[in-house]
Amino acid sequence: MGELLKVERLQIAFRGDQGETISVEDVSFAIQPGETMAIVGESGCGKSVTSLAIMGLLGASGSIKRGYISFLDTNLTAASEQQLRKMRGSQVSMIFQEPMTSLNPVMPIGRQIEEALRLHLKSSRKEARQSAIDMLRKVGIPRPETIAKAYPHMLSGGMRQRVMIAIALICQPKLLIADEPTTALDVTIQAQIIELMQTLQAENGTAILLVTHDLGVVAAMADHVAVMYAGQIVEAADVYTLFRSPRHPYTQGLMNSIPRLDAISGGRAPAIPGQVPSLHEMPTGCRFHPRCPYAEASCRELQPELMETGDRHRVRCWLTETSEADQIAVHRDTRQKVAL
Amino acid sequence: MNETVSFLDREPAIEHKPLMQIERLSTHYPLRSALFSRRAGSVKAVDDVSLTLYEGETVGLVGESGCGKSTLGRTIIRLEPAHSGRIRFEGDDITHYTPKQLIPARMRMQMIFQDPYGSLNPRMRIGDMLAEPLLVHRLASRKDVRREVDRLLGLVGLPASAGNRYPHEFSGGQRQRIGIARALSFRPKLLVCDEPVSALDVSIQAQILNLLQDLQQELKLTYLFIAHGIGAVKQISTRVAVMYLGKIVELADTEELFRKPRHPYTQLLLNAYPPPDPALRRERARVILHGDVPSPANPPSGCRFHTRCPYAEQRCRIEEPLLTENRHAVACHYPLE
Ligand SMILES: Nc1ncnc2c1ncn2[C@@H]1O[C@H](COP(=O)(O)OP(=O)(O)OP(=O)(O)O)[C@@H](O)[C@H]1O
Ligand SMILES: Nc1ncnc2c1ncn2[C@@H]1O[C@H](COP(=O)(O)OP(=O)(O)OP(=O)(O)O)[C@@H](O)[C@H]1O
Ligand code: SF4
Ligand SMILES: [Mg+2]
Ligand SMILES: [Mg+2]
Repeated sequence: MGELLKVERLQIAFRGDQGETISVEDVSFAIQPGETMAIVGESGCGKSVTSLAIMGLLGASGSIKRGYISFLDTNLTAASEQQLRKMRGSQVSMIFQEPMTSLNPVMPIGRQIEEALRLHLKSSRKEARQSAIDMLRKVGIPRPETIAKAYPHMLSGGMRQRVMIAIALICQPKLLIADEPTTALDVTIQAQIIELMQTLQAENGTAILLVTHDLGVVAAMADHVAVMYAGQIVEAADVYTLFRSPRHPYTQGLMNSIPRLDAISGGRAPAIPGQVPSLHEMPTGCRFHPRCPYAEASCRELQPELMETGDRHRVRCWLTETSEADQIAVHRDTRQKVAL
Repeated sequence: MNETVSFLDREPAIEHKPLMQIERLSTHYPLRSALFSRRAGSVKAVDDVSLTLYEGETVGLVGESGCGKSTLGRTIIRLEPAHSGRIRFEGDDITHYTPKQLIPARMRMQMIFQDPYGSLNPRMRIGDMLAEPLLVHRLASRKDVRREVDRLLGLVGLPASAGNRYPHEFSGGQRQRIGIARALSFRPKLLVCDEPVSALDVSIQAQILNLLQDLQQELKLTYLFIAHGIGAVKQISTRVAVMYLGKIVELADTEELFRKPRHPYTQLLLNAYPPPDPALRRERARVILHGDVPSPANPPSGCRFHTRCPYAEQRCRIEEPLLTENRHAVACHYPLE
């Protein structure tokens, strides 16, 4: 089966006052039609920048320095602005992380959804209006006929996010890039939106690139997961493998810091100690080594490659190579016992 | 079981001093007839809410999207005009203060906004944005201001070099943290946190929650913590209030609320939380709340939840249940045991 989207050794840089900074380094992944791939990772690790690069929306100061992105066998890195615009209107749509930045503040939201639809489907005004209202209902907006006439500032945060979702879904794209699609939503509507995206996927074979920090959503939706840290993918695997036996120490830390419903209130959440390195002061060797409980001399000096360790399971960690990953698990068990 | 406990027992053990008293507060948004086809009325985004925030405590505020959480938060710090009711802050009735009268209180009541991008000036460098209030309100001297800005950035996990950059150069979660740093720069007493960690991954979320808890200890801060991430609410809150269609329907100590929710709505809300485990994907209880959220412009009669409540009886359609005044307060005719 051919890949729908293929990202190969992508490197992205931004020009700024302090010269150039690399925010994404050596990122490779592929998505098959109908598949859901999730990108997770700490704030600032490059998830949104990667998605914006696929859309061709890096802006004036950003650029792809190396690598390529292909969509349906077209090389997007070489595509013209016109080709990209056409692709964005009809085949790929994106739910942006911050709804207010992508909604037009002076246009009623119903109109905004209609325009998105009319852009690539030659439907009549009346049909478009009806479809827009139906879509608003599907994303759980109550009283859609009334709300369609409201302006963005009159909606609550979660309602705005759902309007954006409606705009992205109404075009029935081949690829949906969803950047934190449910952050502003409470669990009940979140469940409804997840279900809606899955229905769309089943009906139209839409592939989804899901960018999120919410491991609950990942567990509910993803087939495959890539974990990013400081601009790089540090682990990638199918969702079951990743949750059951994470191998990268960072992924393990991430899994451990999931706030738990059974935790005691007022207690402290187990954060991964230390901070994400700044783009200007990237550590040598493994980028995670200053925060890694298992770091050794080699980790400080040499940068590990993303190594294949099993069926579509890739890990960027020296310990994996020396098959000490199991040892990590042992370490972890003892640590937990000590903590008890 | 706590039914007989008097109102005074609702105060948390730490401090008995009320910082903010919200009495029968309502906030309405007009429905302009030019915009909406039907006759003009109003959206009762917050409807007759009473709540006291005690010094040093954190009250979590949860409820479905659009139920009025942000509006309540904005109204109590006077960013939105109240339709009726009263807001007392440190004993003073600030409900009708003029903008000038409000200035001293303003600094002491800050908000972390739900939409970080919309609340940051795009043309201002982060460093200048943080320095401005410090200088204007003489919270730091010209000499020290740089160090104070670096300290604030460090608190939220950003490097000092971030001060030289503009808002668009940051990721969503980084912007959210800048919003937190800005709110903290005013050294507030009361902080309304509107989804302060929703754009953050679990690890940084944990760091920020720990930071908020530390600051609370140190400075006796009081938080109204709005979030739909139940895990975070549970970790940080002393008490939790559940809102439905503009009203508080349940209010209790955090442990108690999670262990033994009494309002049918709270129970459904807690059940809908997706477990972080792909193996449970299919088994997940499908207790999605059914039915549309009714219009806040025209809420159902009696109990507002009766149109979606699995336990609703005839009485629920007619008579509005009032929030009880015990420590575990609930507004339901047939609370769960
Ligand atoms: N326009 C820009 N100019 C300069 N740097 C940028 C720009 N956009 C993003 N960056 C930087 O690139 C890095 C990656 O940002 P990105 O938005 O991809 O993070 P993210 O993984 O989506 O994080 P979050 O979870 O917080 O949204 C960050 O360090 C950010 O500061
Ligand atoms: N400026 C406004 N004009 C008219 N209606 C408004 C305005 N702001 C909010 N509303 C309405 O008031 C209600 C409550 O909105 P609010 O933003 O308080 O919800 P919320 O509980 O914070 O939701 P969310 O979790 O989605 O942020 C919604 O029905 C919303 O449409
Ligand atoms: S009062 Fe009636 S309708 Fe309302 S929550 Fe209680 S049982 Fe349900
Ligand atoms: Mg992002
Ligand atoms: Mg809100």
